[in-house]
Amino acid sequence: MLILTCPYCGVTGEETEFHGGGEAHVKRFGPGSSDSEFRDYLFSKVNPKGVHFERWRHNNGCGKWFHAARDTMTLEVYGTYPAQTFEPPQEIKDAITAKRPGWSWREFS
Amino acid sequence: MSEAVSALQGASYDGIAQVREIGLQGMITLRGDLGNTALKKAAAAATGQDMPGQRKANVKDDSGIAWMSPDELLILVPYDAVDARLEALGKALAKQHHMAVNVSDARAVFELSGGPVVREVIAKLCPVDMAVGAFGAGDFRRTRMAQVPAAFWMPDENSVRIVCFRSVAQYVFDLLKGAAAPGSAVGYLA
Ligand SMILES: [Zn+2]
Repeated sequence: MLILTCPYCGVTGEETEFHGGGEAHVKRFGPGSSDSEFRDYLFSKVNPKGVHFERWRHNNGCGKWFHAARDTMTLEVYGTYPAQTFEPPQEIKDAITAKRPGWSWREFS
Repeated sequence: MSEAVSALQGASYDGIAQVREIGLQGMITLRGDLGNTALKKAAAAATGQDMPGQRKANVKDDSGIAWMSPDELLILVPYDAVDARLEALGKALAKQHHMAVNVSDARAVFELSGGPVVREVIAKLCPVDMAVGAFGAGDFRRTRMAQVPAAFWMPDENSVRIVCFRSVAQYVFDLLKGAAAPGSAVGYLA
């Protein structure tokens, strides 16, 4: 069971109050992109054992989308942060480094 | 002119706590910049209550303001006053980007009463810490009640008011009846 804290309403709730929205920080490729870019945008998602970044929605709550950094193996949540960002904030990266030195995920580390 | 009726027309149940659909309650969804002075004033004028903080509600009887999200308030007013208050809100916020909609007939409201045991009734249905100190009078919480979204607050230590969508009013009433069934007290929170 994941315990997530919504950065918008401040509720710390268990995961059934939220809904997972897939991988975080996915860059959209639409009209004008190449076939391979569009394919990767739609289908090429990572599924790591360990550090992972996801989008979540507080659907049975304030309704807002946010980001979560968590560990898929231990279910530890390193932190949550607002949706209006292209990359994890430094304090989230630091929190992960404290527990998982040398971690990397996509282009982040 | 048709006669307005609430979802369950005042249905009630008596168990370890009392459950009652309160009937018609005026409700307005107000969305906008909650830090905006004009919006705060308009909400206060519509309800006679101050703007609540994050996850709080200032409600007296059937008038008040509940904090729904960083850009949404639930405005409670007497059912018959909704049209007039909506018009006043629209005038006061004419220059602000906002949305004010009458949602009174899209929702149902229940009152759960009967003492501290109401905390246990809610705790059986919602993933919310209902311990004294964790949730109390003045707090407002949107969450899940079994399989449907719901929101609630405690007008006082012995009662809870619950808002849900009208389409699931019977489901929520049945849930509350089950959680308040005679002999079902857990004795953990009350
Ligand atoms: Zn939230």
